Amino acid sequence: MLLLNIFILSAFVGYFSISNITQTLHSPLMSLTNAISGIIIIGGLNLLNPPLPLIYQILLYLAIFFASINIFGGFYITYKMLHLFKPKDKKND
Amino acid sequence: MTDIILITIYSALIISIHYLSNPKIAYKGNIIAFFSVSLALIYNLIYLSATKLLISVFIISLGALIGIILTNKTQTKSLPQNVALLNGLGGLSSTLISITELYLNNFSSPFILSIIYLGSITFTGSLASIIRLNNTPLLISSQKLKYLSLLLLLLTIANLIIIPHSSLIRLFTFIALSSLTGFIFVLSIGKADMPIIISLLNSLSGFITSFIGINTNSILLLITGTLIGASGAILTIIMTKSMNRSLFSVLFHHQTYSISSNSTAQNINKASPKDVAFLLENANKVIIVPGYGMAVSNAEDELKTLSDILTTKYNTDTKFAIHPIAGRMPGHLNVLLAKADIPLSQIYELKDINQEFKTADVAFIIGANDIINPRAQTDSTSPIYQMPILNAKDAKKIIFAKRSLSPGYSGIDNPLFYQENTLFLLGDAKEMTKKVIKELE
Repeated sequence: MLLLNIFILSAFVGYFSISNITQTLHSPLMSLTNAISGIIIIGGLNLLNPPLPLIYQILLYLAIFFASINIFGGFYITYKMLHLFKPKDKKND
Repeated sequence: MTDIILITIYSALIISIHYLSNPKIAYKGNIIAFFSVSLALIYNLIYLSATKLLISVFIISLGALIGIILTNKTQTKSLPQNVALLNGLGGLSSTLISITELYLNNFSSPFILSIIYLGSITFTGSLASIIRLNNTPLLISSQKLKYLSLLLLLLTIANLIIIPHSSLIRLFTFIALSSLTGFIFVLSIGKADMPIIISLLNSLSGFITSFIGINTNSILLLITGTLIGASGAILTIIMTKSMNRSLFSVLFHHQTYSISSNSTAQNINKASPKDVAFLLENANKVIIVPGYGMAVSNAEDELKTLSDILTTKYNTDTKFAIHPIAGRMPGHLNVLLAKADIPLSQIYELKDINQEFKTADVAFIIGANDIINPRAQTDSTSPIYQMPILNAKDAKKIIFAKRSLSPGYSGIDNPLFYQENTLFLLGDAKEMTKKVIKELE
């Protein structure tokens, strides 16, 4: 199965990606991966295309709403954290 | 999705995570990941019909606004709650999407039902973790809650078997029961273990995304979801290892505390800011151990001033020691100290600093308790048994800056309080540190 192979490969990539990250950056890592998981929003967008009864359209719009909070809130809080670790001459006051 | 865009998105995401291995360029990783997700978002928006496109853009903008406002209001000490909430909303989103998927599959897909289950427990589990993080007292014992969640699990399965497929009641009850199970179960887990739960739920929401990808044949969701799920899983394992406990123990063993005697009965050495200042200025080597209490009191800027005065005026070798689970999220205190502009070169992890305590003149422990409690090594009945600790006990003099003698997160007494060479600077961490700084100036 192609999907299974992709799954396993992605799992390995995920494992090796974070093996070099020090404890200092574990918080931003968690908030970043959390923000990225908001990509589920495209699952909702794709389902909007075929015609659906109204109730399910509402559910999908709600899903898109919550996923959007996840994405934008998540990247923003990661930004706030990582901004603190920037080299000092690059930080604005 | 055309291949070139798909490849761009997942390649950029993998690269963005890699940027996080270096604090100086980590912020770039965030930007790359953001553009990557935005690209995926835009690419999927353009295929919608005009009205649906407008509604979606409006809703996404509304969500973005709320997300930004919520985050703006989050103080650094509440970071874990913010991450838990956002994660929970992601879980809720995936549940709603899966319900629609189930409808499209005539309500008869066990795979989609499992996704709905996982999504529900992620959402309510995250809410429960926020309650635990806010230190709200529970009125029911952890053990009873665990049995209750087991009962709910059985009811959930019974519901699936007994009620016929075609009934919508079956679905409603399923969602209600699974949500309740997740909520009660996370409520039953020890407060000190919340960082692990957050990481676990983070990983779970990643795998939920990949399962939805499998179901809808979306390669992007499959790759991205597995990436997040796997990295979250590894992070969870790293954290359980740093507490020297197994994940199984965190989830299923309930706490059995040995009852600590009333600590005010024993004598402690109380000190004034003047005494503390005297000790510090005469010390050659000081190691500062911050804990969650420091975060609550917002004393990070005062710590920076203290460290600067000691280093420049008194030529003291000043270092910060951060325990892997200090704070309520991995790396939580690192973020706080970075916010105060304390240079990374002064901040040390457990494995790098533990040998240095024996040559330290003073261990200045501010708002911390469990992470230096020797009972983790000696007392097999304590909930922190076998957790690695910072060796503050080896320092020549120990100073506790705490509000009171109250036990830490795990609720047990700390024998370091009563030692001959221990001094207590009682009071709010921020205020007390300010007073010590005044004496040093």
